[in-house]
Amino acid sequence: MATSSRSASTPGWPVSGAQSRPPAAQGAGGWTWALTAPLLVFLAIAFLGPVLLMLARAVSDAELPSAWPQTAQLLRDWDGNGPPDDRLAAALGTEILAARRAGTLNRVANRLNYDLVGSRSLVYATGDALERGASVRGFADLARIDRRWINPAVWTAMRHAAGPRTSFYLLASVDRRLDGDGRIVQVEREQAVFVDILLRTFLISAVVALLCALLGYPVAYLLATLPSRWANPLLILVLLPFWTSALVRTTAWVVLLQTHGVLNEALIGMGLIETPLALIYNRLGVYIAMTHVLLPFLVLPLYGVMKGISAAEMRAATSLGAGPLTVFLRIYLPQTLPGLLAGMIIVFTLALGYYITPALVGGGADQMVSGSIAFYTNQSLNWGMAAALSLLLLVPLTLMLFAGRYLTKSVPV
Amino acid sequence: MLSTSSDPDCPLVEFVGVEKVYDGGRPAVANLDLAVRKGEFLTLLGPSGSGKTTTLMMLAGFEAPTGGDIRLGGRSIAGTPPHRRNMGVVFQSYALFPHMTVGQNIKFPLDVRGIRGLEAEARLAEVLALVHLEGLADRRPDQLSGGQRQRVALARALIFRPDIVLMDEPLGALDRQLRERLQSEIKQIQHRIGATVVYVTHDQTEALTMSDRIAVFSGGLVQQVDTPQNIYDRPANAFVAGFIGENNGIPGVVTARGEATCEIRIAGDLVVQATPVGSIAPGDAVLATVRPEHVLTEIGGDIPCNRFSAAIEELVYHGDHSRIRAILPGGATLTMRAPGRAALSQSQPLTVSWCADRCLAFPAEPALAEAAE
Repeated sequence: MATSSRSASTPGWPVSGAQSRPPAAQGAGGWTWALTAPLLVFLAIAFLGPVLLMLARAVSDAELPSAWPQTAQLLRDWDGNGPPDDRLAAALGTEILAARRAGTLNRVANRLNYDLVGSRSLVYATGDALERGASVRGFADLARIDRRWINPAVWTAMRHAAGPRTSFYLLASVDRRLDGDGRIVQVEREQAVFVDILLRTFLISAVVALLCALLGYPVAYLLATLPSRWANPLLILVLLPFWTSALVRTTAWVVLLQTHGVLNEALIGMGLIETPLALIYNRLGVYIAMTHVLLPFLVLPLYGVMKGISAAEMRAATSLGAGPLTVFLRIYLPQTLPGLLAGMIIVFTLALGYYITPALVGGGADQMVSGSIAFYTNQSLNWGMAAALSLLLLVPLTLMLFAGRYLTKSVPV
Repeated sequence: MLSTSSDPDCPLVEFVGVEKVYDGGRPAVANLDLAVRKGEFLTLLGPSGSGKTTTLMMLAGFEAPTGGDIRLGGRSIAGTPPHRRNMGVVFQSYALFPHMTVGQNIKFPLDVRGIRGLEAEARLAEVLALVHLEGLADRRPDQLSGGQRQRVALARALIFRPDIVLMDEPLGALDRQLRERLQSEIKQIQHRIGATVVYVTHDQTEALTMSDRIAVFSGGLVQQVDTPQNIYDRPANAFVAGFIGENNGIPGVVTARGEATCEIRIAGDLVVQATPVGSIAPGDAVLATVRPEHVLTEIGGDIPCNRFSAAIEELVYHGDHSRIRAILPGGATLTMRAPGRAALSQSQPLTVSWCADRCLAFPAEPALAEAAE
């Protein structure tokens, strides 16, 4: 019946000296690498390699050099002053004909047309004339076949396309080009579209990140503070969009928001509005659908951070004299800020690359950079331009990544 | 401590018939009447689930009583939100703000009261010296050891000179040596600044060494409120006798009852003389308790009553004393301490004895048996 010297150990459960570690921790090194190697190799072959190859197209210029190798060499050697010499003109004539017969003329003609509209028909017309028997021994012969060869801009365009590296696509992606003297100038007003699209992409992404923060913070707070028997079902509701395809989610919004959709019919039925509201195929629709799709990416990191803040801290602050608002502003918010920033950065970066949602629920003036990338990849087959626009997106993404690491590190979580 | 400054007629805090029932369950705290005197160190001691932390949280304002009233300086604080109660709370988990430095943490209560600048710095230096953390004001909490963190929490709870400091198992997460050092430090600090402290612990040694008074909790009820010495020497019931310190409990039946003594028959028809506590009549089942240090072996003993031969079942040498577990002829076991290296051996027959006034008889309750398991 002695009350002291109670033994705390339970029979069958040796407690003292139980210091053994899981064996996996010791054998790390060789085996771990060997086991992850298949994935790493897969990533390198299926992801990293193709991405790098694709991005390289933003700065490589292979159409003209591969179709007209000798011309390309001579163009690179030429200083660009005055009319081109006869050797260059003769080589060009020979290779236009050769390329026409080999079927590679359209590629180089298209490439030149990016730089100077009208170059394509000039090259085709010259090819046709050469096929009919015209011969080119010098610059004068070219000018006789087609007067347009006198225009120095044609030769500037050809020099720019002579490869093997070019700044053309990158400059074009920010509405800039090189003029005849090699200076960077703005493209004509009607061709300048990419800066607008880029700014629009940033704006939409920022607004979506902000909306997600405003909507997601209270949700994450609720989830983190509710007892788990309530929080778990709610968490599933938040996660549900994760398990649904983006296409299905977006088309669901179309059903809800369209002119004679569920929402408009309900509002009209209740007599709140008389004519349907324009909720979709405009910027509002893009904001609504993208915010919904991306909300979990904000809620989850925030929820994790909020879960880590102990209730005792809030109580301590309260007992020390801080009212509810002060506790929130001085204790809770600063500690959740890294999670909030992390979530916003994730949402922002994902939104930057969004393609399907704006394409389905946006109007013509709501398309984002990825829409242009898709256009150049799938329709106009201008992969150089697609790659340049992708690179342009990668730069802010990388910056956000570093900013995110810095911002979230400045406050210990 | 400063018993002269405490005025029993005007307690600082009063619990009057306080009750806390969580929906549907049995009361976490029931019928609690307790007074905290100004300047005293009052410990709420009890096993987990006994209601001591609930009591503390009701005082801090984090839990609302479902019945009764809590008064501070004679006025009800039922409607006062926790941040206006002017009580410093120290938690077991330290609850330091990880995004602030030590100095910012400690100055936080001053900051929210609008005290900044030179006065805040002066007070910071003062409490940092008090808790021996000089020079650490610019550290972050995660750069401190557990003991240092708890000192920061203590400094933070003291800097705004609260009416009362509440501590919820503040040393529970520390190892034994550190715990003992901080026990004496907290006690010294409390003594020096004359703070009123309500301290929650389940560690009876901590309660005995630090407190001016101890309130022993069990099952949501206060079993006894008294000085450590009275709690130890004159427990009010069998639970307190078994929970505080080490004790032998021998079940028996009362055969005769006098004014200050009674006779108890225990296993083996042995008769034990004991001092009755509470209402005990012949025929009642009782528990006779005697502390190990009050059971004497033949060597020192010259006691007229409660003298039995016993067999040594176990003998453990502890250096300054030896612990003996002995079996009385009827099968009852007794734990006792013999000073130093007593000239005893396991095979040797033994005579044990103890005074009747050291042997208390309580009405038998299952509580002691549970606590003794």
